[in-house]
Amino acid sequence: MKLLVTSSPHIHSGSRTSRLMGSVLIALIPALAAGVWFFGIRALVLTAVTVLACLLSEWLYRMVTRQSNTLPDLSAAVTGVLLAMTLPASAPYWLAAVGGVFAIVVVKGLIGGLGQNIFNPALAARAFLVLFWPSWMVRYAAPGTSLDPLSVSVDIVSYATPLHHMQMPALPTESLLDVFLGNMGGCIGEVSALALLLGGGYLLLRKVISWRIPVAYLGSVALLTLIFSKGQDPVLWMLYSLMGGGVLLGAFFMATDYATSPVTPMGQLIYGVGCGVLTVCFRYYGLFPEGVTYAILLMNACAWSLDRLTPPKRFGTVKGGGVQ
Amino acid sequence: MRKLFWGGIHPEGHKALSRGAAPIPAPLPAQVVLPMIQHIGAACTPVVKVGDQVKMGQKIGDGEGICAPIHASVSGKVVAVEPRPHPGGSEALSVVIENDYTDTPDDTLKPHLTHQDLSGDEILRIIRDAGIVGMGGAAFPTDVKAFSALGQVDYVIINACECEPYITADDTLICTYPEQVIRGTETLIHTLAPKHTVIAIEDNKQEAIRILKDALPKDSSIELRVLPTRYPQGAEKQLIQAVTNRQVPPGKLPAAVGCAVFNAATAAAVYQAVYEGKPVTRRIVTVTGDGAAAPKNMIFRIGTSFGQAIDAAGGMAEDTQKVLSGGPMMGLAQKDLAVPVLKGTNAILCLKATVPQSKTQTCIRCAKCVSVCPMHLQPLYLYRFEQAGNWKELEKLHLTDCIECGSCSYTCPAQLPLVERFRAGKQQLKEAKKA
Repeated sequence: MKLLVTSSPHIHSGSRTSRLMGSVLIALIPALAAGVWFFGIRALVLTAVTVLACLLSEWLYRMVTRQSNTLPDLSAAVTGVLLAMTLPASAPYWLAAVGGVFAIVVVKGLIGGLGQNIFNPALAARAFLVLFWPSWMVRYAAPGTSLDPLSVSVDIVSYATPLHHMQMPALPTESLLDVFLGNMGGCIGEVSALALLLGGGYLLLRKVISWRIPVAYLGSVALLTLIFSKGQDPVLWMLYSLMGGGVLLGAFFMATDYATSPVTPMGQLIYGVGCGVLTVCFRYYGLFPEGVTYAILLMNACAWSLDRLTPPKRFGTVKGGGVQ
Repeated sequence: MRKLFWGGIHPEGHKALSRGAAPIPAPLPAQVVLPMIQHIGAACTPVVKVGDQVKMGQKIGDGEGICAPIHASVSGKVVAVEPRPHPGGSEALSVVIENDYTDTPDDTLKPHLTHQDLSGDEILRIIRDAGIVGMGGAAFPTDVKAFSALGQVDYVIINACECEPYITADDTLICTYPEQVIRGTETLIHTLAPKHTVIAIEDNKQEAIRILKDALPKDSSIELRVLPTRYPQGAEKQLIQAVTNRQVPPGKLPAAVGCAVFNAATAAAVYQAVYEGKPVTRRIVTVTGDGAAAPKNMIFRIGTSFGQAIDAAGGMAEDTQKVLSGGPMMGLAQKDLAVPVLKGTNAILCLKATVPQSKTQTCIRCAKCVSVCPMHLQPLYLYRFEQAGNWKELEKLHLTDCIECGSCSYTCPAQLPLVERFRAGKQQLKEAKKA
């Protein structure tokens, strides 16, 4: 009998990259469903376009550069869905496709592939699209508008999102319940706080993400908007700040991206707080009403440095040991 | 879940496979192979030669310094003194004894009615003469450990965690011979005079907990501490942290934080040496795994080959892929079943299924390795720097603190061979330092 000799450990948890990515896809279903509910079937087709663009460019890029096929790890699919979540439902299909290709080839592939990329591919692609085609990227449809899924681009009159009101500054015209459910203008995946909380809760429950980044992110946004409230009612202002834009999508799905966030517990907390502080600063002092994308991208750049600055306390170097 | 130390994992226990019955004494082997190195420290030198008649329990090897003597585990004739395969990997000088099946006892060690009349020095002497080593697997000579703890410790911890999956040897020992563990512990207390004595056991051993509770005298100074099950709680540093909330400083021994940890089976061996006058010549071994035909706990003579042991336990399946000495997290895979059961062998694990290697092996920085590492390390960076041959960074990130518990490899979604590379990295660091 030939016995196998390998190094310990000899058992494995069964965790796989593809399963983690699959869990993220599952967790995005509520947000996508809400997007389709409020903006119609076009939101779904747009998502299909970004996903296809990501899958195709990943496959082609890996083939051209003679690397293994990484489609089965599902990370390209996740990037595709995440990118769609950050687009207005009225965005033209070609725009979505360009974003997908940019995310996979430039942001991820050229840097070295999965795990090596410095910036969140979906967010970096969104930032790229905003720079080149701002008019398409900030044109939001009103919830319930019928957008033709068959035409490549749709012409609509942009609808004010809660953040537009808050930039004035004024409290949004939508009720808190509408904002919670997602009955407001915005990007496909960001509108429904309920759906994002469901998805985020699922990721936490399945231990796909740790609580540190979302809690630090949401906590710091909540605290800052409460203290530096611009509304008559600070609590209302805080709640609209949390749910009126992309903070929940960012905190649960974007800032928690493995490759572009720190791995040390303290690093994750600082990173989350950094995202929150920058988001509020960009919203209060920036040109655009929203700041989530740039806040997370800036913190992405700090992720590896944060790891080096916050190594876990070495075992056995705490005070209080010794004989009592 | 309450966590008493950072990190750790919850692998499937598989303990029900082998649990439940008293350990069965295995049929006597025709031959035993006794390696002269069965402990951490210096190897023994044989004190017998080919052709000698030896008695059961007679000392056949001894040495200086950190060393525990080796005893004949059967009576009979020495037929060879030569290198033989060792479960540790390579070959080791071994004394081979052909069994005469009489078990003629050696009476060098004398039984005592009680440990109360013995001085600490006398007890340490008996522990050494009986060749007792840590029976939980690490096999550090117990007398050396106890000696270095004299006057230094306020905690004696008896490790009954048995946190590795599959293994139920200590569990079975406690359920069958609780008084041996308790008396052995009392003997150690008598020697070390700690303020606190804790038997630490995980909550997945309810039967053993009940039996120990019943067996502990009402006025006993021994505290039974039930810990929430979590691997690697039985690792010395983690157990000390779980029980006392103290952390052993890097490179230091438990005595540095006032603790001495002994395995439950070691305590029982102390009992057998002091009360019964018996050196370590046999032990309980769990023969288990999905490849074992009839998983169970058996009492084997030290030196019984793995092959014989597996046969005695009912054999193993044709499609068994791996045979391990020890548990699935830290056990050593064997290529040759001629290797013998040692003092520190707590399990022979036969596994059919092996971990399939992933093809891509790309770290995605999921940080799961960081969150499970009980030594507060960052396995993903250690791996990265090991791959790059960056020894300076490896030292800076304290690679040498790694206890090789396997939690990171177990958890890694990319199935990177983390522990394997860390072991190689440590070796390289050592060599780089020498040069």
